Amino acid sequence: MKIYVPMDSAAKALGADEVAEAIAHEAVARGMDVEIIRNGSRGMIWLEPLVELDAGEGRIGFGPVSVEDVPALLDGTLESHGLVEEIPFFARQNRLTFARCGVIAPLDLDAYQAHGGLAGLRRAIGMSGSEIVDEVTESGLRGRGGAGFPTGIKWKTVMLAEASQKYIVCNADEGDSGTFADRMIMEGDPFTLIEGMAIAGLAVGATKGYVYMRSEYPDAIKVMNAAVDIARQQGMLGPRVLGSDRAFDMEIRVGAGAYVCGEETSLLNSLEGKRGVVRAKPPLPALEGFMGRPTVVNNVISLATVPVVLEKGAAHYADFGHNRSRGTVTLQIAGNVRRGGLFEAGFGMTLGEIVNDIAGGTASGRPVKAVQVGGPLGAYMPVGKFHTPMGYEEFDAEGGLIGHAGLVVFDDSADMLKMARFAMEFCAIESCGKCTPCRIGAVRGVETIDRIAAGDGAATELLTDLCDTMRDGSLCALGGFTPFPVMSALSNFPDDFACRKEAAE
Amino acid sequence: MCPPAPHSDATLPCDEDIRALVTPLASLEGPLLPMLHRLQEEYGFIPANAVTVLADILNLGRAEVHGVVSFYHDFRENPAGRHVLKICRAEACQSMGSEDLARDTLARLGIDWHDTTANGSVTVEPVYCLGMCACAPAAMLDDRVVARLDRARMDKLLDEAGA
Ligand SMILES: Cc1cc2nc3c(=O)[nH]c(=O)nc-3n(C[C@H](O)[C@H](O)[C@H](O)COP(=O)(O)O)c2cc1C
Ligand code: SF4
Ligand code: FES
Repeated sequence: MKIYVPMDSAAKALGADEVAEAIAHEAVARGMDVEIIRNGSRGMIWLEPLVELDAGEGRIGFGPVSVEDVPALLDGTLESHGLVEEIPFFARQNRLTFARCGVIAPLDLDAYQAHGGLAGLRRAIGMSGSEIVDEVTESGLRGRGGAGFPTGIKWKTVMLAEASQKYIVCNADEGDSGTFADRMIMEGDPFTLIEGMAIAGLAVGATKGYVYMRSEYPDAIKVMNAAVDIARQQGMLGPRVLGSDRAFDMEIRVGAGAYVCGEETSLLNSLEGKRGVVRAKPPLPALEGFMGRPTVVNNVISLATVPVVLEKGAAHYADFGHNRSRGTVTLQIAGNVRRGGLFEAGFGMTLGEIVNDIAGGTASGRPVKAVQVGGPLGAYMPVGKFHTPMGYEEFDAEGGLIGHAGLVVFDDSADMLKMARFAMEFCAIESCGKCTPCRIGAVRGVETIDRIAAGDGAATELLTDLCDTMRDGSLCALGGFTPFPVMSALSNFPDDFACRKEAAE
Repeated sequence: MCPPAPHSDATLPCDEDIRALVTPLASLEGPLLPMLHRLQEEYGFIPANAVTVLADILNLGRAEVHGVVSFYHDFRENPAGRHVLKICRAEACQSMGSEDLARDTLARLGIDWHDTTANGSVTVEPVYCLGMCACAPAAMLDDRVVARLDRARMDKLLDEAGA
């Protein structure tokens, strides 16, 4: 019998290692023949640790499993969720980027290939750079790191740039609250990212790649380092990629706890060993990036999606989606939510469907008050906007943004003035310091919100002005987008700002 | 081993040790962050004299190296307690009550953010997201992440850390 126990860090943070150990112990004591496989996470985080038993008739899921549950698990008396792939949360998804995540052992390159891995890279090796770029362009893939810029167009700029050395840099800084898709894929299916970076290298003529990972992800760093070593040993990376005459190799680098280093130019400075200060654009990183050379900077999910685009073709990918948002969105459902986790599906589902239907409302059982979509720089969406479909333009029209597709749900106990204050405070803590509207504005923002809380009604207008200045005068989206959470809180939840005034009067 | 320098602080490693530790990384493209991580891994903080050594190896000004050290939240210029507890303060954790949990934890320890307990066992730092947002609230004790925290689990962690 095969028993799967995830090694994903969320599963581990909920006791998966102890459960795996208990299963091994108990199996030996009973003289049972079991093979324990440490897989990635299926993304149903509310069931973690989600243990799967496979006795030859499909994988049956149990969870959350505690150490105390292990004897019953092996007796066959523990209540199951049935076949994992038939759990509604899982069955409703279209898993393309995450097809293998949770299915295989993350560092098993044979299992990776048995489940479709390397097919995209093999195909890319037989194509010209511009053919690869065209395929990615036609898939409609847009950057999943935040800005939603078409990946193919970015690659074309780098491909056409003349230089003796070009680079592929993967942005694995994933600093947004409510997001963990990058972490999950790096821990659960790291070869997908490596394959995507190698394809990007072939497309634009880059022979060297870097993954810039945040230091808050020690497990993911270990898995990625191990995966790169294996990929090199097995000839997936190196001077002759998969036996071809093309070279590509890569290194893992670790950041040092600065949110702003997720911004691509700040990231490049950090990678070069400098302070993570944002650079003015132009020049675009595509033309003058790492070490002043043409550089593709892409998010983990953007790059990890490239293999399936090449494997199944641009049209297969583009057929999923909604209007100008093609393919799948890797939603991360988080916060005060009953069924939190990773949900990959075509764009176009409404916010309400996701929060109420798929996630089952709040964990506390209280009414939903707001959902922050797109991380700390994203708007607080009220229930009144639950009709908004998941799509870049659709969210923009409602004064929001999708960003990295993280959703943080709040129940009615949330105080939106406090959340607005936190957004300003976070901006002040993480500002790189280059421009005044962000560096000083955020500090003033905290003070102004404190004045509103103390009952100074006139301060509301001041806050609005300040947000306008930050939006118009900031060099990057840290200062420029902090007004989104602040102003959305103020305009969608005016009572949380007004009642204080009355209370003080 | 280095000979004890007459005026040096006993807790500071000598320049030769620092040099030996980071020189293997000098051939990397952009070696400064990997070097600082290596030093912090070895000593638990960035020793003051390392700035001069790194500036020399990398042909940079001391102010430039110091500027990098001070820019990043991770690098500490003084030793921490025996354990570092990082409590997540970002939005998803807040939606699940992390602020109350953090306040109670600090009160139990009798310290504020960034401080170390009197017995030197634990330093508490804020962190903004650990990727555990679907099983919040979360914290990290040294390199170990823990999620779905409540007061009881936090107390257990603190006991383990000897706080
Ligand atoms: C303050 C700030 C933080 C950011 N953090 C991230 C991040 O953690 N991960 C990411 O992929 N993009 C982040 N971005 C967006 C990047 O600047 C950039 O758009 C992205 O890496 C491009 O890759 P993509 O086209 O594949 O999305 C951030 C931007 C800003 C302004
Ligand atoms: S907006 Fe803030 S983070 Fe962005 S460049 Fe200006 S000071 Fe730096
Ligand atoms: S917000 Fe706390 S783990 Fe993400």
